Amino acid sequence: MGRGLFGVLGPSMIGPSSSHTAGAARIGLMCRSVARKDVKSVTFFLHGSFATTYKGHGTDRALVGGLLGMKTDDERIIHSLELAQAQGMEVHFVKADLGNVHPNTVKAEMVNIDGETSNIVASSVGGGEINVVSVNGFPANISGNYNAVVISHLDKVGMISRITSLFERNDLNIVSLYNNREGRGKTAITIIEMDGDPDKNLLDELSKIECIYAISSINKI
Amino acid sequence: MYNNANELKLLCDQQGKKIYEVAIDVEAENSDCTIKEVRQKFREAIKTMKDACSKTLKKEIPSVSGLTSGNAKKLMSYISKGNTILSADTLKCVAHALSCFEVNTSMGKIIAAPTAGSCGILPACIFLTGEKIDADEETLVNAFATAAAIGLIIEKNATLSGAEGGCQAECGSASAMAAAAVVEMLGGTIDEALHAGAMTITNVMGQVCDPIAGLVEIPCAKRNAIGVVNALLCADLALAGITCFVPFDEVIDAMYAVGKALPPELRETGLGGLAATPTGIAVRKKIFGE
Repeated sequence: MGRGLFGVLGPSMIGPSSSHTAGAARIGLMCRSVARKDVKSVTFFLHGSFATTYKGHGTDRALVGGLLGMKTDDERIIHSLELAQAQGMEVHFVKADLGNVHPNTVKAEMVNIDGETSNIVASSVGGGEINVVSVNGFPANISGNYNAVVISHLDKVGMISRITSLFERNDLNIVSLYNNREGRGKTAITIIEMDGDPDKNLLDELSKIECIYAISSINKI
Repeated sequence: MYNNANELKLLCDQQGKKIYEVAIDVEAENSDCTIKEVRQKFREAIKTMKDACSKTLKKEIPSVSGLTSGNAKKLMSYISKGNTILSADTLKCVAHALSCFEVNTSMGKIIAAPTAGSCGILPACIFLTGEKIDADEETLVNAFATAAAIGLIIEKNATLSGAEGGCQAECGSASAMAAAAVVEMLGGTIDEALHAGAMTITNVMGQVCDPIAGLVEIPCAKRNAIGVVNALLCADLALAGITCFVPFDEVIDAMYAVGKALPPELRETGLGGLAATPTGIAVRKKIFGE
């Protein structure tokens, strides 16, 4: 089963382009999740068609709208740049070549109000659908269609087993599981998409596992 | 579950149901929602589409690029003077589609139907037909469900994206969805609905996606306008008993093959067709300074 009737009749969105505007808003929402707290400053590196047509499609306003928590059909998106400025959020747009990626791709580098840095690379792949291809430098594959957790941890025996057993204990079905590492014995990342919500209980229990460095909960968007 | 028009027709026949009934049943089952919840989602979309279809009829709202505005209003004022070539109803329907499209280009709220660039055709056709038969909201929900089922079949067997299949896949599909829904609203059979849908696609087979400056604006607005007329025409043809010689599923396969055969310049890159004319290039330079 593909997207269903409301994939065809939808999304509900601010125009003019599902890939350049609605998809961009969803990428902005993703940035917000990855940054974990309100963002103090952000630089968007725009690639391909995003770089050449972002102004005419409102891609810039949609990205910032998402970063401010606006969904694809939030009518405040058109004023998002002014709203960000009013909140003291620093926003930069840079045209860039991000290499061999989808034509509608953006990299976002963020600093949150606690000074923590984070970044994502995401593509808008059509009809408002997106794919996050990297989180904090690690390759990823997140659609935003499911709730997900991004866990960075030490690369060592048994970590995935300990993490996934908590999903079973919390009665959460895993949709997809992705794991990669900087190198043997260095930092690894595990990304899990799930049916249902990662409640506080799961996040608390995950944080108690030894050798887990950081957990980001990424909401379905 | 249905993968193509043949399977949809078979399910309808076996269960003695209309397209919208089967479509909503399957959607409820696959999305783990009740039928009531699915219908409610349609109602929410209808509200957005209704607002967009009337928003610029009287009040001009410029597009973000500044390239176009005011066509819906111009057309409404022309209709009010009488003496139009096409019927006032048909043109009013076109004006509603243009309004919806102008809301889109001004960064207003729309429902992609099936895409943002083709968002005006389907709601305008269904709302106009609804007005004509004095339809209640449930009838409108049914019509949009029928349309979405047709769109789903096209998406499964071909594409709804201009980048992949050209304008025929976007505005063509929107017209096919609208034509089938209109036929069902007017009491036509399932076969007639499918013939209407198939004929709309055959009428625009090969239509390229060549937006000036790569923006969803020119010529997309007018492709929405002709998309309305194409849909209403084919609905009438089908209700008159005129059939599409090639069956729906085969037309969709052909449309996909044609789409894939189009060079990239004619698939939403803004590099060919009208975008590559001196006027198109000048506009691109003016907006993006390249």
